[in-house]
Amino acid sequence: MSDIAQINAYVDMFAHASKDLPGNGEAWIQQVREKALARFVEQGFPTRRDEDWKYTNVAPIQKSVFKLPDKGLNGVGHEQLDNFLFRDLLCHKLVFVNGHYSQALTSLGTLPDGVSVDSLAQTLTNRPDALRPHLGQYATIEKYGFAALNTAFLSDGAYVHVPADIIVPAPIHVLFVATGDGEETLVQPRNLIVVEKNSQVTIIESYISLAETRYLTNAVTEVVADENCAIEHYKVGQESLKAFHIGGLYIQQQANSRFTSHNITLGGALVRNDIQASFAAEGGECVLNGLYLVTGRQHVDNHTDIDHAQPRCTSREFYRGVLDGRARAVFNGRIVVRQDAQHTDAQLENKNLLLSRDAEVDTKPQLEIYADDVKCAHGATVGQLDQAAIYYLRSRGIAEQDARSVLTYAFLGDVVRRIGIKPIRTYVEEKLATRLLHGRQFEELT
Amino acid sequence: MLSINNLKVDVAGKSILHGINLDVKAGEVHAIMGPNASGKSTLAHVLAGRDGYEVIAGEITYNGKNLLDMAPEQRAREGIFLAFQYPVEIPGVSNIYLLKAAVNAVRKEQGLDQLDAIDFLTLVKEKLKLVNMNEELLYRSVNEGFSGGEKKRNEILQMAVLEPKLAILDETDSGLDIDALKTVADGINALRDPSRAMILVTHYQRLLNYVVPDHIHVLAEGRIVKSGDKTLAHELERHGYSWLKEQPSAHTA
Repeated sequence: MSDIAQINAYVDMFAHASKDLPGNGEAWIQQVREKALARFVEQGFPTRRDEDWKYTNVAPIQKSVFKLPDKGLNGVGHEQLDNFLFRDLLCHKLVFVNGHYSQALTSLGTLPDGVSVDSLAQTLTNRPDALRPHLGQYATIEKYGFAALNTAFLSDGAYVHVPADIIVPAPIHVLFVATGDGEETLVQPRNLIVVEKNSQVTIIESYISLAETRYLTNAVTEVVADENCAIEHYKVGQESLKAFHIGGLYIQQQANSRFTSHNITLGGALVRNDIQASFAAEGGECVLNGLYLVTGRQHVDNHTDIDHAQPRCTSREFYRGVLDGRARAVFNGRIVVRQDAQHTDAQLENKNLLLSRDAEVDTKPQLEIYADDVKCAHGATVGQLDQAAIYYLRSRGIAEQDARSVLTYAFLGDVVRRIGIKPIRTYVEEKLATRLLHGRQFEELT
Repeated sequence: MLSINNLKVDVAGKSILHGINLDVKAGEVHAIMGPNASGKSTLAHVLAGRDGYEVIAGEITYNGKNLLDMAPEQRAREGIFLAFQYPVEIPGVSNIYLLKAAVNAVRKEQGLDQLDAIDFLTLVKEKLKLVNMNEELLYRSVNEGFSGGEKKRNEILQMAVLEPKLAILDETDSGLDIDALKTVADGINALRDPSRAMILVTHYQRLLNYVVPDHIHVLAEGRIVKSGDKTLAHELERHGYSWLKEQPSAHTA
């Protein structure tokens, strides 16, 4: 299908759907959507001529027009989610099925006074003014066709608002469940997280699938970090191995705010994560940790972009990936240090381990420094398992395959140990162990 | 226990060992001395089963089995232990994990149950004393950031925990100050046992002041050129390795 026909199909879809989108009575919301649709029409889907998409070809996504899913529960029960919950983690759970809020599966528990955790669709309908200062302000639809498409249809996802001076002790776990039944569906979660002064919260986004089918998740999360707040954000990607996942995370940081991201990709046929953090005032700290473990013909692309627009901010990036089979990974870590951003302290590291000859990585740290009094360091490596270490372990009685698994696991351990919440760390460790200890079955996943 | 017969080994197309003969019986301690590049470490790694060593002639029998047919891990499970000259750093794998995996691999081979956490820790703590090591090192990554002395003591710790039948110590004494050398030597001596054989590969006679071998072999240019008892070390000390070049070459039994 040609690009034009593709775009027209989504424009038609919008024409049919727009009257039912939540909050469409509000002129400003309608404007946000229509502006985004216009951007999408202008830009279309990215091509490999676009520098940011040089190594990621989205043509497979354009083979078909994905369809908006039905509302309703699709028969999903609590027991189907069990495998995707963190054992022994007390949390506020918010569930979306094929992009739509599921009241039946959600259990929020008791939140501190004043804290809102809600469906965005309900908020758009009931109290849209709460969203107006922030919704659509940070996702860069000018640059990203996918973000524009998401914004055009923006309807449901998580809305979290933490007023000033509140610590939310339990994490908020947002599950996006793809049922994977019916036609090829287009799921477009839209999340808005607003954390005011001196507050603290942890948000977990899980993307899961109940069937190994083909669908498209095109998610956008906007995060507003007010002065001196602390936000910890987790994203655990376990999409179907036939599914596409495009995710944008856009963070605006005020003075002395702290934002930490843990971005874990295990599933998906083609996954693209964009993380854009921008320091709007001095003294902020942004930590981006990431891990990907891919095999078969999986393709994972992580693009991070940190804008040191203000002085005395700190950023740390630490991404590690393991590739087996014919998998492909892309890492692009862009850091811009603007002229006025003196005393910036930025470090970026991306390390990759190739377990097979057919796997491939393109990694590129991209530092643009316009200030003169800064501390910036970056490094990127692509390597294989250390033969000397394998021999050493074997000489102690450990079988070769086990030695390889253990060393691979250890390689990722450096990122896993940065996960502060123990039940999440344990969950990720178990996922990795299951995968790595059955290394020889990796090939069969495709 | 170990019988090496006319062993010839190439590494990367270059001939390194030119026909080694050596018999080691249970309870014996053999020292293999020799100048740099004489093939000492090659011999040690051929016994442990490292890749990249091409055996072009000869055989090695270990407890009646053809050693060269066995994978490195199988050799370890059947009681062979090599203390590395350069112990490998393994980031992210804790020392305690390695010890436990190694002990249980040997126990499995012997048809024994896996050690539970408490029994295992009791065993390891007892052996830590033997090599004067801090317990904290158990929870660090294998050899990562260890000093030279700590790495060597860690090898002896592994040996002590694994209780091998045949221990090969490759230049375990090199790079150690005198205190560390004594600690390592004490550890080795504590493991001398009528059922255990040891091969000490060393460049210097110094270690042999503390660990007195039953037999000494001098390896030069890929051959054992002289064998004798512990007094041979003193001769070498007095005259240096060049003295041997004037001696007729000898094969040992």
